[in-house]
Amino acid sequence: MSALPTSSVGPAFDRGKLAMHNRRKRMNVVALTLSLAAMSFGLFWLIWILIETVRLGVGGLNLSIFTDMTPPPQAEVGGLANAIFGSAMMVSLATLLGTPIGVLAGVYLGEYGQKTWLGSATRFINDILLSAPSIVIGLFIYAVVVAPFRGFSAYAGILALALIVIPVVIRTTESMLLLIPNGLREAAYALGTPKWKVILSVTLKAARAGVITGILLALARIAGETAPLLFTALSNQFWTTDLSAPMASLPVTIFKFAMSPYENWQKLAWAGVFLITLGVLLLNILARVLFKNKH
Amino acid sequence: MDTKVTLPAGEKAKIAVRDLNFYYGKFHALKHIGLDIPERKVTAFIGPSGCGKSTLLRTFNRMFELYPDQRAEGEINVDGQNILERKEDVSLIRAKIGMVFQKPTPFPMSIYDNIAFGVRLFERLPRVEMDERVEWALKKAALWNEVKDKLGQSGSGLSGGQQQRLCIARGIAIKPEVLLLDEPCSALDPISTGKIEELITELKADYTVVIVTHNMQQAARVSDYTAYMYLGDLIEFGPTSELFMKPKKRDTEDYITGRFG
Repeated sequence: MSALPTSSVGPAFDRGKLAMHNRRKRMNVVALTLSLAAMSFGLFWLIWILIETVRLGVGGLNLSIFTDMTPPPQAEVGGLANAIFGSAMMVSLATLLGTPIGVLAGVYLGEYGQKTWLGSATRFINDILLSAPSIVIGLFIYAVVVAPFRGFSAYAGILALALIVIPVVIRTTESMLLLIPNGLREAAYALGTPKWKVILSVTLKAARAGVITGILLALARIAGETAPLLFTALSNQFWTTDLSAPMASLPVTIFKFAMSPYENWQKLAWAGVFLITLGVLLLNILARVLFKNKH
Repeated sequence: MDTKVTLPAGEKAKIAVRDLNFYYGKFHALKHIGLDIPERKVTAFIGPSGCGKSTLLRTFNRMFELYPDQRAEGEINVDGQNILERKEDVSLIRAKIGMVFQKPTPFPMSIYDNIAFGVRLFERLPRVEMDERVEWALKKAALWNEVKDKLGQSGSGLSGGQQQRLCIARGIAIKPEVLLLDEPCSALDPISTGKIEELITELKADYTVVIVTHNMQQAARVSDYTAYMYLGDLIEFGPTSELFMKPKKRDTEDYITGRFG
């Protein structure tokens, strides 16, 4: 390398530097290749899933999906109206039930009980709940609600889904509050603001995009949950708005129909898969847009 | 350390600090501080990093109480009332003694609401009067002309210097008697700094101002009195011109002449 300046230390030193530099460059290429490979591996399956879902799902999609009830096997007509309604009902009520509890508990962890014994214990238990398999939650609600009251019901399904929403919302609310710089809190206190108002008007407000994102992600998660509903809301072939009766839902209907040998059921299952995927995708995009606008 | 605390004749002490000790956990951060902050004057705290000047400032509105391991002992008499006594309501103390921080901290709301937020805590004003108050505070902080057409926009959309003036406006909107400024210009460019220094000089007509600064030239420019601190001790306190022209202590002289610090 004639371009290198000849230093007083001598050419050996420069060669050593150059070798180090080249080694770093090679390492960079290796690391970049590995991460690109890992990314394409993940993307490959994801895109395949999306393509299959669209290919098989769109075929079964027509207006009767939204207007007709789930049909008997080998029927000519039929849709998913009762399952769509049931899912929408249970998912939205579970979110309505879980959000205030989750946000309030998250505020406790982030603003009040940061370093207290109760806070650490709650955080630990919440982390366990967060990673608990959803079938465990389904069985738990079965044992404490369905069995004693001798009946499957949409109420039990809502409770099970809410139990999945709560830890997600607690965790995101707490993390978002922790991201708020302490200077903002101090500035609010410096005006003589009482603590509840600092939280409500300043910190929670500053964190609201993140908190809403957490709620939307929890909503997206329970929209596709099957296991917690299998033992609680069960399913229903017919239209019902009675929350104390078993209620159909998209995931359970898909589970049931996809396992069946009947072609019309299988087709409806694919249409249901497509609808859920589309809904979850839209929720995720909405969450992302909301979060981006704020940061 | 025994420090002379008397003010020259004709000055009235707004804040009288007596034998103040401060602890971060076990660390003794302020040692037997005693000084008088004169009313309607600008007092500057200078000293090298870690000397306790911000710590001292943060005792004046009991801001340290947010952190459980910090505590203060001694007296801080504001108009004769020791604010460190438990029975004193901390919200009322803070309404009387405002504070502006090193980093601008606009609240996540509109420019208008940033100012009105603090006012609404203590006063129920009709809309027109609130508008007047917001305008008054923004004019005082030399920000009105830049924001009068966008009061509904978010405060975080302003530049750093504008945000800091917004925070000053927010602080004076609740009409405190004392304004504590904790290195208010350290995150700002020279032009914004100039504007804020002008503002400080104007503010002392109505308020008692205490400013912590790293910048000795700034202390010399804006303050009437200066306190030099080092390692938790108040080394010297007196009229700024005297402290800078003929410091009584060798340590002070070393620091202000740049031989140390």
